[in-house]
Amino acid sequence: MTDNEHENGRPERRAPARVIGTPLSDTPLSDSHGEEHAVPGVVPQDERKARRAERIAALCFTLAFAALVAFLVAYVHFQSGGLSATGASHVALGGTLTLALLAPAAGIVIWVRQIMPKYELVQQRHPMASPEDVRAEVAATFVQGAGESGIVKRRLLRRTLLLAAAPLGLAPLVLLRDLDSSGVPGAQLHRRLAHTVWGEKTKDGTPLRLVVEGTGQPIRAADFNSPGGILSVVPQGYEHDLNVLAKATVILIKFREEELKPGTNPNWTHDGIVAYSKICTHVGCPAALYEQTTHHILCPCHQSTFDAADGARVVFGPAARPLPQLPIGVDEQGYLIALGDFPAPVGPGYWERGDAEARARENGGHS
Amino acid sequence: MSALRTVPGRIAGPATFLDERLGAGGFVRRNIRKIFPDHWSFLLGEIALYSFVILLLTGTFLTFWFKPSMGEIVYDGTYAPLKGVTMSEAYASTLKLSFDVRGGLLIRQIHHWAALVFIGGMMAHALRVFFTGAYRKPRELNWLIGVVILSIALFEGLTGYSLPDDLLSGAGLRVTQGVVIGLPVVGTYLNFFLFGGEYPGEDVISRFYSIHILLLPGLILALVTAHLILMWVQKHTQFPGKGRTNRNVVGAPFYPAFMAKSGAFFLFTFAVIAGLGTFAQINPVWLYGPYSPADVSAGSQPDFYLAFLEGALRIMPAWEINLFGTAEAGTIPLSVVIPALVPLGLVVVGMALYPFIERWITGDHREHHLADRPRNNPHRTSIGMAVIAFYGVLWLFGGNDIISANFRIDLYTTTWAGRILVFVAPALAYAITYRVCLGLQRSDAAVLAHGVESGVIKRLPNGGYVEVHSRPAEDIEAHLRGREPVPVLAYDETVPPKGLRGPLGRLRLRMSRAYGGEKIPPVNGHPHDEDGQAALPEGQGALPEGQGRALTR
Repeated sequence: MTDNEHENGRPERRAPARVIGTPLSDTPLSDSHGEEHAVPGVVPQDERKARRAERIAALCFTLAFAALVAFLVAYVHFQSGGLSATGASHVALGGTLTLALLAPAAGIVIWVRQIMPKYELVQQRHPMASPEDVRAEVAATFVQGAGESGIVKRRLLRRTLLLAAAPLGLAPLVLLRDLDSSGVPGAQLHRRLAHTVWGEKTKDGTPLRLVVEGTGQPIRAADFNSPGGILSVVPQGYEHDLNVLAKATVILIKFREEELKPGTNPNWTHDGIVAYSKICTHVGCPAALYEQTTHHILCPCHQSTFDAADGARVVFGPAARPLPQLPIGVDEQGYLIALGDFPAPVGPGYWERGDAEARARENGGHS
Repeated sequence: MSALRTVPGRIAGPATFLDERLGAGGFVRRNIRKIFPDHWSFLLGEIALYSFVILLLTGTFLTFWFKPSMGEIVYDGTYAPLKGVTMSEAYASTLKLSFDVRGGLLIRQIHHWAALVFIGGMMAHALRVFFTGAYRKPRELNWLIGVVILSIALFEGLTGYSLPDDLLSGAGLRVTQGVVIGLPVVGTYLNFFLFGGEYPGEDVISRFYSIHILLLPGLILALVTAHLILMWVQKHTQFPGKGRTNRNVVGAPFYPAFMAKSGAFFLFTFAVIAGLGTFAQINPVWLYGPYSPADVSAGSQPDFYLAFLEGALRIMPAWEINLFGTAEAGTIPLSVVIPALVPLGLVVVGMALYPFIERWITGDHREHHLADRPRNNPHRTSIGMAVIAFYGVLWLFGGNDIISANFRIDLYTTTWAGRILVFVAPALAYAITYRVCLGLQRSDAAVLAHGVESGVIKRLPNGGYVEVHSRPAEDIEAHLRGREPVPVLAYDETVPPKGLRGPLGRLRLRMSRAYGGEKIPPVNGHPHDEDGQAALPEGQGALPEGQGRALTR
């Protein structure tokens, strides 16, 4: 596409530099052949070569035409729908389109390089700055206009105009307030972040059951009995509520009782079953990976690692806080239920969070 | 075919019509033969420009089918594996666009590839401008416009790839939310304003949609136009060479050759992107499934241009501070805020300020139209390479899980490697680049002083052997001699000027002396003055003068 940058000024036999305006230091003003040409100084490319190039370029353009016809045919011939049909249509359309673009590009390059004469021109630059007299004239006009407007002399006018303009900037800000449709006063917004539906009851007044994410099956504690087992769990009745899932999703892990360490609150477990928030305390990805042998929960996004046996304390990675533990128990039928909300807000940190863990400890466990 | 002697009527007619109404003749006369210097690196910006055009074209196509709605529906399209699955309308319409609209998948993939090429092209273009000093006066404003376009494009990309509402894009959105909500003081508010409530809410896709297809592209289009106008008005820079000075432009005229070449280059760019869109699968959203905040797939990666933020998030240590203890205020999640803001801020603000800082340090207020060769401003080049190393380390460790899995390196080892390399690699890059620049300057000086090795060994009457050096080709010599020392603040030892007396002034002076000046002494020598060569009288070289010039380096 580009010519060698050093080519400048080197006289080329087929096209000596043509000069308009200031000549290059040592290029001849007229071509060395002394023939007559339509444009003085520009020698066309060698006609024999040019004719060959024309044929190649024409071939390229014809190829592009054929490709476009094929594109139209492919559009009609291949119907989409399903994986394989769409795949065939996709490759046929894309392949012909690519060819229809590539061929004329090649043709034009051949045209430019082998048919058009090749030469360099010189143009002078001028300093960007306007001449002094122009500047002076503009300045004078500006001062005159400012004087005529009276904006400098009439202070009352100027100040009330500024006064009128200042609130204009506020209008869009005010109008954007209802971007938040939660209907909560601004100062109370953060309270909504601190709670999940686990703190609520069902319509019958019973605590929410833990159900398996995806199937919605409630979990009988006695059935979830193989140590090292793990389940992704959501609150019953909210299986498809993404706003709820974004905070209330929980991972359920079955331990042998002796595996649990002091970091885990034993009162909130049931028969070695522990529930932690699945929402990573770093930036909120689901901490979805679990390694049985080490009891490590790993968030696949940024590799924050938590020790599930020890209150999900942070072992490695950018998360700064443990995954909050959900207090769980069983109802009369033996199904796992939530005994209350998480002791601290789940998920990523925010300004109004404060040290919620310490606050919870002061309040005796619950937030 | 006979050659054209006059303007044919079919063109003269409309041209006259337009000129009588617009008076455009003068403009066309001034501009139709505008000169464009030729160098491959001057085309990087064009790649970005053409990709942007492709983005506008393909993006418009996509809007005809895409539904920016988070309303839930049950999928009933032709992609069998997801039949009956509950998903958002956005995701369902993306599937429809991919599987049930002929050419829809092609255009979607072209759009995604074009976005990558757009941003990659801009980055390469910005590096070219930086390393050649083409941002210097009078082009600082155009540089700033470019920095703003690049920054906007990152957000344009982020809002774009969040739209399909698949599991991968949702993971990206979740990280975005984690960053937004973590911003000190305003985070919670911004979160509720952006999502219309708690995450994910029901508004963010439609809001990102209008930002992505209207607000940001409109801004980019306006800024690109301004960028091109300024480039046109200020004329392109050129590399030093024979006949090329700071006061002229040497190159091909716009009409006809450059215009045709540009058209071809657009077609090439489009062809490559179309080829990628056809044969290189990108973002196969149907494999990921609909978004759920409860799920994530391992190995989730953002597009390449945001991977440096991802890497920063990954290698950051777990720092979070509570300024007021248990009070309900004052939490700053540093392990989110620092990686999200500091690297991006450093690079973008650093880019924006660099022309002005350099001017302050060198005291150079002249106009510059000759592009520097990177070696000839070693500190600038080293700073640029250090930034590339910094960015590169963060980018690389945005995929530390992939590195860990493929090279069987312990995951935490990769994290620690990133934590160390992010500081060490830029320092190393700086030091190495600086030495390389000086070495290249020396080799240039050697070419000027000794000439080019001709490969001809000559035996001297005293039995010694020398290699005959020939003078470099004229244009190469002019190119090498186009070097100009980096300016240093003028300084009078006895009476320092007022501005240089204070501590800041002294620092400025020290920086100026370190940054500027002649690192490798200029060459006044001549090949024939050198040892060995000197023994050869003029004209007795291996080849007669003139032919003795090496034609290539």
